[in-house]
Amino acid sequence: MKYMDHNVVSSKMKSRLTKNKFFKGLFFAATMFGLIVLAVLLIRIITQGGGYINWDFFMNFASRFPEQAGIKSALIGSIYLMLVVAPVSMFLGVGTAIYLEEYAKQNKMNRFIKVNISNLAGVPSVVFGLLGLTIFVRNFDLGISILAAGFTMSLLILPVIIVASQEAIRAVPRELREASFAMGATKWQTIVRVVLPAAVPGVLTGSILALSRAIGETAPLVVIGIPTILMFTPNHLLDTFTALPMQIFDWTKRPQVAFHDVAAAGIIVLMTLLIIMNSIAVFIRNKYQKRY
Amino acid sequence: MKSIKYLAMGTIFGSALFLAACGGGESNASGDTGSSEEAGALEGQVRGDGSSTVAPIMEAIVEIYSAEQPEVRVSSGVSGTGGGFEKFIAGETDFSNASRPIKDEEAAALEEAGIEYTEVVLGYDGLSVVVSQDNDWVDYLTLDELKKLWVEDGTEKTWADIREGWPEEPVEFYSPGTDSGTYDYFNEVILEDEDIVRSATLSEDDNVLVQGIIGSPNSIGYFGYAYYLENQDTLKVVPIDNGNGPIEPSNETIESGEYEPLSRPVFTYVNNSSISENSAAANFITFTINNAGDMAEAVGYVRAPQNIYDEDLEAIEALK
Repeated sequence: MKYMDHNVVSSKMKSRLTKNKFFKGLFFAATMFGLIVLAVLLIRIITQGGGYINWDFFMNFASRFPEQAGIKSALIGSIYLMLVVAPVSMFLGVGTAIYLEEYAKQNKMNRFIKVNISNLAGVPSVVFGLLGLTIFVRNFDLGISILAAGFTMSLLILPVIIVASQEAIRAVPRELREASFAMGATKWQTIVRVVLPAAVPGVLTGSILALSRAIGETAPLVVIGIPTILMFTPNHLLDTFTALPMQIFDWTKRPQVAFHDVAAAGIIVLMTLLIIMNSIAVFIRNKYQKRY
Repeated sequence: MKSIKYLAMGTIFGSALFLAACGGGESNASGDTGSSEEAGALEGQVRGDGSSTVAPIMEAIVEIYSAEQPEVRVSSGVSGTGGGFEKFIAGETDFSNASRPIKDEEAAALEEAGIEYTEVVLGYDGLSVVVSQDNDWVDYLTLDELKKLWVEDGTEKTWADIREGWPEEPVEFYSPGTDSGTYDYFNEVILEDEDIVRSATLSEDDNVLVQGIIGSPNSIGYFGYAYYLENQDTLKVVPIDNGNGPIEPSNETIESGEYEPLSRPVFTYVNNSSISENSAAANFITFTINNAGDMAEAVGYVRAPQNIYDEDLEAIEALK
């Protein structure tokens, strides 16, 4: 008795193989589409702006002469912004995640909170800008300062950090916690000495990716009213400042083509910053990832 | 886990060092308040916001000013003329750049807020009406034709509708966004508050308009003179006939006022109490008026007649 009719199989084989090849090609094309567009963008930006990248570009303020224009105030402003956003958003984000995962009871209220944190991640960044303008700039009277912008950006990336930290904390095996409790540790001791160390790679990866988003975001800064014409660097956190994306945005709108090249140079700097931050995330993940 | 701590510490100290290295010059100098009084060095903060059209002139002025008074911290945003006035009315800025005169409702809001202001002319701009270089039929446009082109009348307009003999091709319109002072000015002198053609492509980015107009022979658009100057190899400017014969925008026709009515002054509005209370702001605004002409020309705008600068200077001096 034959289980397979070889004639039927071989007659269908050809069409099956073609189908297989077709989809392989289709998905390969899908992969390449993104990569090629990215490569074209990169090449264009590097050929346009590469010539403007030199020491002066980092040490000069903006200028009416494209060849003298620099990003000093914008770069330092962006770094200051990160110095506010990183601690604020990570403290609030990881704190919320620990509360929700370790302390909170699984009742309706907390499920409601969790759903809304996920929803918050989908709110357009302009809306966060408006929130920041009303609450931090006007109500708290922080003015158009690093602190106000930093708080706004922290709110913007908070949902991402919370969700990433929650996932990381949840991935820590139950047995580890139980072992810790069995040794007589309190909940707090367990969290600090067992759960957090095990969750650190996930928490940091998520946080750094979220920070990368904050450093490239323009819309909330535009809404808050961050200036672009500014020939000084901030002295303290309540000083006004400008940031890289704002400066790039301003240059691309100029009539002179040379300024578009300067903008490209600014994009290269911003992109390098992003790549460095993402590499740190990858590095941390690879180095500290443990499998249980 | 230790190494993570070191990594984090390293990052924090590294960036702190970097900031100290970059920002050191300024922060040290302004840290010891009062000791830099010698040589008449001023200290203080001046804040502005407003039109992105005016921004290049302001940036140039701030650039040379900060070389002269490095301790005065001038900053200016580019929220657009309307957005700038909003902050000016809220009392958040000392000056507000505008590419059109202040509107009545804005002036009323300022009065309500108890803010007195002075209008300062920075330079002139000529709204340039341009078409593609492939457009070989438009030799000039009268003001009536311009209005007929741009006002919405419910029909799809072709060039033949505007003047006989022109091709029966639908016109493509490119205009600055309705938030810009450029649009407001065009609305005032050409549209006269009637609706702009619905098919018009509106963009806040003038470079988008330039690309759109270059791309199609049937297109028409308008924007600031500086954008035409930068793209004169690829665009064709349309001379405008206001009854005294067709006139092309140029430095001379804009300054002399011949290029009427599309030549417009660009302003900054100054909060009077900033002048009287903040010596840095007073100094900066005086400097602005003294250098506005040169800087306007340096970035592709046109200098205003000298007597206008003189009058503005007098008005500011009177407030000090």
